[in-house]
Amino acid sequence: MKRDDIIEYSLDSHHSAEEGKAIRKKIWFVTALLTIITAAEVLLGVFWNSIGFPWSVVKISFILLTIVKAGYIVMVFMHLGDERKALRLVILAPYALFIMYLLFILLNDASVLYNVRQALGL
Amino acid sequence: MSGEAIKAIDTNVLWGGGRSPFSVSYGKMMMWFFLISDALTFGGLLASLGFMRHKFADTWPVSEEIFFHFPFTHAHLPLMYVALMTFILIVSSVTMVLAVEAGHRMDKKNVILWLSLTVVGGIFFLASQAWEWSSYIAGPDGLISTWADNATLAQNPYPAANGGPGAVHYTQFFFFVTGFHGTHVFSGVVLNFIILLGVINGKYEKTGHYEMVEKVGLYWHFIDLVWVFVFTFYYLL
Repeated sequence: MKRDDIIEYSLDSHHSAEEGKAIRKKIWFVTALLTIITAAEVLLGVFWNSIGFPWSVVKISFILLTIVKAGYIVMVFMHLGDERKALRLVILAPYALFIMYLLFILLNDASVLYNVRQALGL
Repeated sequence: MSGEAIKAIDTNVLWGGGRSPFSVSYGKMMMWFFLISDALTFGGLLASLGFMRHKFADTWPVSEEIFFHFPFTHAHLPLMYVALMTFILIVSSVTMVLAVEAGHRMDKKNVILWLSLTVVGGIFFLASQAWEWSSYIAGPDGLISTWADNATLAQNPYPAANGGPGAVHYTQFFFFVTGFHGTHVFSGVVLNFIILLGVINGKYEKTGHYEMVEKVGLYWHFIDLVWVFVFTFYYLL
């Protein structure tokens, strides 16, 4: 049932055949990118020791590559990049803030507990 | 993407009432809010994995020394099967976004094609996970029937685990993280299938838009997103 007192946002999210072509091109580009990043991660995971990269560098590059992958999935596949900025902030900002806080608390405590375990020989 | 969300609208009009300031429908916004709460659950799970990992850093097993099996071969292929599973899930996410794109053009035939392929990809991933679980539970001897040297919630028989306290936490997190994610994949496949039936019956043709495909699409992409993090923080690091 169509009501005239509310805006049907879902009804006007259509696009034309030409626009669809451009969107599909973008989708295939992101697909290639995600595949390459995953392959790079696996190769790095298998060969980092024999190439001689230090583990700390490998670890940080894993995390950065993952965040790049996640960014493309959220912004392109989930269309969050096409939504209004206010919605983007409502979704991402509180989440990022909370998770960074949680990670800081947990990882900080974990390294303290590790030292306690070592000192007490547990 | 077109429609209300990219129109330039004056802030006073946008926030002046009588309309959604985000220019999205109620259903889509609620799907995003649900995904935030689900992301917090997964975020908490992965953060606690990081906690245990750092607390027991000296006895935490290396995943490459445990996950090197591949079906139909005895070759030593570390992490290759998990990488393949990641790839399957990314591809099924791509077919999903193509279904959403076809829906925006009211192209029923292509929505059916891409959504069916998404369901197939999801089933493929679930089957892969079943294989992964059974080969992990079987332990280093590869026999699932010998209970004493199987990987369970209480023990980790792998030599790479060297029996320390980190080893048992490693198995527990394997079952909890991949199991919780697998449950999400299962419900995602069921939801995709229900929506696929609706598309075939012409339900969304009648409504005038394929937003239901977009909403289950959001959930499906979220599952892919979580797996990207599980792959890095459980298997790679």
